[in-house]
Amino acid sequence: MRVLLDKLTKIFPNRNKKAGGEVVAVDHFCFEIPDGELVGLLGPSGCGKSTALFMICGLQKPTEGKIFFGEQDVTGLPPEERGVGIVFQNYALYPHLSVLQNITFPLENLKGADKLTKEQMKEKAYEAAKLVQIEELMERKPNELSGGQQQRVAIARALVKRPKVLLLDEPLSNLDARLRLQTREEIRRIQQETGITTIFVTHDQEEAMSITDRIVVMKDGKVHQIGKPQEVYDDPVDLFVAKFLGTPPINIFDGRVKSGRLIIGEEEVLDVKGAGDRDVTIGIRPEGFILDEKGALSCNLSRVEVMGRDVSVISTHENCQGGTLRSIIQAENKVDLSKKKVRFSLKKNKVFLFDKESGERI
Amino acid sequence: MENTLEKNHKASAAVRKIITYTGLAVWALMVLFPFYWMILTSVKSYGEYNSEYVPKFYAASPTMQNYLDAFSTVPLGRYLLNTLVFTVITTAIMLVVVTLAAYGFARLSFPGKDLVFTCFLALMMIPNELVVITNFVTITNFHLRNSFTGLILPSVTSVFYIYLLKESFSQVPDALYYAAKVDGTSDLRYLWKVMIPICRPTLITVGILKVIECWNSYIWPRLITDEQAYFLVSNGIQEIRENGFGRENIPAMMAAVVVISVPLLVLFLCFREKIMAGVSRGGTKG
Amino acid sequence: MEKDQYKGWLYLLPAALFLAVFLVYPLVDVFVYSTEEGYNFASQTSFGTGLYNFSYVLHDPYFLQAVKNTFIMVVITVPLSTGIALLISVGLCSIEPLRKLFQTVYFLPYVTNTLAVGLVFMVLFKKTAYSDGLVNLLINAFGGESVDFIDGPHAAKMFVMCLYIIWVVMPFKILLLTSAISSVNPNYYNAARVDGTSPFRIFYKITLPMISPTLFYLIITGFIGAFKEYSNAVALFGTDLNAAGMNTIVGYVYDMLYGDSGGYPSYASAAAIILFTIVLTITYLNLTISKKHTYY
Repeated sequence: MRVLLDKLTKIFPNRNKKAGGEVVAVDHFCFEIPDGELVGLLGPSGCGKSTALFMICGLQKPTEGKIFFGEQDVTGLPPEERGVGIVFQNYALYPHLSVLQNITFPLENLKGADKLTKEQMKEKAYEAAKLVQIEELMERKPNELSGGQQQRVAIARALVKRPKVLLLDEPLSNLDARLRLQTREEIRRIQQETGITTIFVTHDQEEAMSITDRIVVMKDGKVHQIGKPQEVYDDPVDLFVAKFLGTPPINIFDGRVKSGRLIIGEEEVLDVKGAGDRDVTIGIRPEGFILDEKGALSCNLSRVEVMGRDVSVISTHENCQGGTLRSIIQAENKVDLSKKKVRFSLKKNKVFLFDKESGERI
Repeated sequence: MENTLEKNHKASAAVRKIITYTGLAVWALMVLFPFYWMILTSVKSYGEYNSEYVPKFYAASPTMQNYLDAFSTVPLGRYLLNTLVFTVITTAIMLVVVTLAAYGFARLSFPGKDLVFTCFLALMMIPNELVVITNFVTITNFHLRNSFTGLILPSVTSVFYIYLLKESFSQVPDALYYAAKVDGTSDLRYLWKVMIPICRPTLITVGILKVIECWNSYIWPRLITDEQAYFLVSNGIQEIRENGFGRENIPAMMAAVVVISVPLLVLFLCFREKIMAGVSRGGTKG
Repeated sequence: MEKDQYKGWLYLLPAALFLAVFLVYPLVDVFVYSTEEGYNFASQTSFGTGLYNFSYVLHDPYFLQAVKNTFIMVVITVPLSTGIALLISVGLCSIEPLRKLFQTVYFLPYVTNTLAVGLVFMVLFKKTAYSDGLVNLLINAFGGESVDFIDGPHAAKMFVMCLYIIWVVMPFKILLLTSAISSVNPNYYNAARVDGTSPFRIFYKITLPMISPTLFYLIITGFIGAFKEYSNAVALFGTDLNAAGMNTIVGYVYDMLYGDSGGYPSYASAAAIILFTIVLTITYLNLTISKKHTYY
């Protein structure tokens, strides 16, 4: 099912009544999610991603704008008529019901022609349980399950009605690091097996990048960039997106462009033909540095962290925001620790220039 | 040197222990003695009791005759039945009314909710003794004296229990409600299928506290009933005391007291933990 | 779902209705009653408004007797019951074996019908033709004279009354104090013990300040409860408390309303309002004092 958001906007009255005014949680969202894709809504907390999700599933009414599922305008429909399934951050399993009862709960609400017999419900529940591999746990209560198992039950419950759209609200944030890796692959597998259009809300860029077909990067209720994860990473539209994606984070320098040359401090580091003369903010990905004795950029070496395949070189530069920069180079390159200085040359496609005022990409 | 120090220490600890246990035992005796005495007296025969100038601490020939008298000479069975009916109906209606109101406050958002809730809480301060006067007049004017309706109506709501339940309801995470909404669950079904089962411990506590309150209520029933057919146990026992068995029949009276006390004692022994936890959260007597 | 906001009111409706009819309206009405002079219950008419009802009540010897009785009960039972409860709770918290049993036993009076058990106290203290009663025999054994505690001198009656009240209110106080004491973080005790603090000093300097909020709560509710004393008096002395000279303020209110001397809701209202002026004043004083002495 294709999902289309058209100028979707949500305005809340300010909580602090004395301050008055309004908070724009979601500001004119426009984007389309093609049928069967897994899309990540990515942004720092408070950016409106959960509000957007709640509007898509119908728990909150948009102030303005429309939501389409396929050709159908669902903006005015209550949640149960939209055919959505949702998994909440804390899973929202009913603590007093067994796993089986939790999964059949949505089915018991069906009325009229859709009404199912007990047998049919059980059959459907087991189908969903099989998909997430929890058939052996059906008689347990939620508090007897591990976090990962609860997560699976929540997904099974969301899937049991065969929703057209599956929504996941920070589904991995309550799991420990190892389970998180496993579970995100699991989610990917389930999504691909069922082919259900899935929207995945997260603040963790690594999570979003690793499993989604497409990510939507947002901040303060506005969409900053939409695209395939690699595209967004390689080609950020502004400073926020560049900073938000990637671990270790991008290194930011203050510099300027003068007659087609990029200058950091006093050193000319790169040719940038076509850019006009001005002050700029420069973002350099950690993997954009090449250890080079004749390199243009000279930094004070602090220390080296060995990570096996790679080596992280930590050094300082007076024009670097935050003082220290981290570069990642392959382990074969030997760094001479006795020297105080280290020199790099830069990979052009890993260096991004941004307007000093607006943060827009140049 | 060290040894004597240690000995002294041990000795003083032992003395403290003995004093503590003795003190506690004395109070336990004070509490239990009336219960013992009422059971003892209730199994002494009328003749035996009255012939003992110095009462014996045992019954020479225990008899159940007094219990038979209590049920046959005075309408004790009627009183018990009335109290049971009153207690069950009042508690049931109260639970429904209070649950709905607490759910309204905890779950639904509607304009003016905070203001209404503050007003509700303020109502907790109103003492019963002030409002009983008008309630008595109201019930009298509706010709509801000597009826179960009149007995029950004024006691089916409790601001405090609404507050207690609302607190409990509020602890259920919002996400459960949203999850249920997405599945098309109506508010009432959510209340019935999710809220009530999760908050069952609090509901049981409220229910038990109300049962105790109903079983022991005296003032309102006394005002509102003057026909024996509607007496509850508290009024019944006063009636027995004043016009009881035609003569001062203390053993039979004690039998009646035992019969009246037993249901709540049994209830207490079954739900000991729950009742004590509930009273420390919401009890008032004292 | 944001549309159905007004459905919320429906859930509140039953409770709101009952509260309006049986709590809010009566509260207003009691003040109206108290100012209606010469109100006749049968014809429901009055011939004027004013403060006469208050003046009548304040000059009624029965009311003055009731006020005196109530104050004596308050002054004796509140400090005594709170003090004994504190002692017992401290004792309870210092032992391990038998603790649960004691707790259960101490709680029993809470779940008894006080009207019924009052009769047992009456039997124990009453002097009859057959026997002087167990308590009098005990007094005799120690060389004292028999006293009729139920139909005899006022002081003797007051003694039984206070004893019974204390017996009835103890469970609640012990329960709250025990849970307050046992919820004091044991690290405080450990720290004090390492410093070699004596048990008495530990109690006075640590336990008491830590449980002071509960203690003040109990004192405040104790005062309120004791001022509203009534049914325990009925349990011991029967419904005609005026004749026994053991009436309480609440008893006076009900007697004015109903019973042999009843039919005067205006006098009852005036008396009730006087009672709650007293209770409010005392509670206010209590709160002021407790604010000064609560340590955290």
